[in-house]
Amino acid sequence: MPTVKHWRCFRFWAVGEMGTLPIFVRDHAEGQLLPWKRQVEAAERFGVTLAHVEGVVLERGLLPARYQRNCAALSCGDQLTLFRSCVAVVGCGGLGGYVVEELARLGVGRLVIIDPDLFEEHNLNRQLFSSPGNLGQAKVQAALARISEINPAVTLVPIQEALSIENGAGLLAGCQVVVDALDTIKVRLELADVCGGLNVPLVHGAIAGWYGHVATQFPGDDTLQSIYSSWKSGKGVEQTLGNPSFTPALVASLEVAEVCKLLVGQGTPLRGRQLMIDLYSMELNVIDMAESNRESS
Amino acid sequence: MKITVKLFASFRAGRFDIETVEYPEGTTVADVADSLKLPQSELGIMMVNSRHVKLERVLADGETLALFPLLGGG
Repeated sequence: MPTVKHWRCFRFWAVGEMGTLPIFVRDHAEGQLLPWKRQVEAAERFGVTLAHVEGVVLERGLLPARYQRNCAALSCGDQLTLFRSCVAVVGCGGLGGYVVEELARLGVGRLVIIDPDLFEEHNLNRQLFSSPGNLGQAKVQAALARISEINPAVTLVPIQEALSIENGAGLLAGCQVVVDALDTIKVRLELADVCGGLNVPLVHGAIAGWYGHVATQFPGDDTLQSIYSSWKSGKGVEQTLGNPSFTPALVASLEVAEVCKLLVGQGTPLRGRQLMIDLYSMELNVIDMAESNRESS
Repeated sequence: MKITVKLFASFRAGRFDIETVEYPEGTTVADVADSLKLPQSELGIMMVNSRHVKLERVLADGETLALFPLLGGG
């Protein structure tokens, strides 16, 4: 019995002096919110990652205060779903930079970022993570640095490789949604095949000049193959139209909205539809991409 | 025969948004693209009366052809 008493005494001391992480979270929440400084304090005190603390906060039905303006649009339960989600972003240039930034600020817990390229001067007009100081740096490393700064609770996996039909399944394994932020049609079509094989939805975006389009391909659909059915080789009209800053920002945001809906299972995604964006005429058109809407000849 | 041609995005530059044009019988989508000097390598989605078609589709009087450019940037 004295041994048991001693153990109980120790436990009492441990809880009283150190507490546990869930108790710390409960005691330091302000209403439903845990302020960022408390999240950092908890990680330091209990020797765990900020991501671990975020999980504990959300599992208790509380909210890291940084996400308070996500509320109403997203519930605490949705925020937990986002935290437990993994999204792959293929391409970290014009579209990918904005996509990664928005997913991290939204609170998606794990991001796998795939791009083999280094920043070059002609990226500076639009690629969010590029700056004169990091020219020559790998885009995925710049993404890691940026996300570590703006939301260190997000786990970002940088992969400085080109995705292909050969390595795609391995690189994308474990992701719930994949985002197409590529700049070549050939690799896009390979990515669509890989996602079909993995049974994972693919959110597609493409841009050129004042124009862009977005569509979401579910497993079993052939939306991308249909969009690019007349493609034979080479690039699209972006080669001659360039890429100003505003088009990737807009198309990336539309892609992130699609990802968010897919992850939390709400809203109506662009399945079997393609949204065409013309910022020059300020026109939006939705095209029916369903197989039943195609002539066979 | 009369074909209404609707152009989208960059295809409008120096051409038109929508126009009804007289074409000979047997005209295909590819013929219309050629007549408008739209390179086939730039053609993306092509639709006749809002249904997806291919380049070789023969058009009929009164149909509406919509042409979108191929966008591939990121």
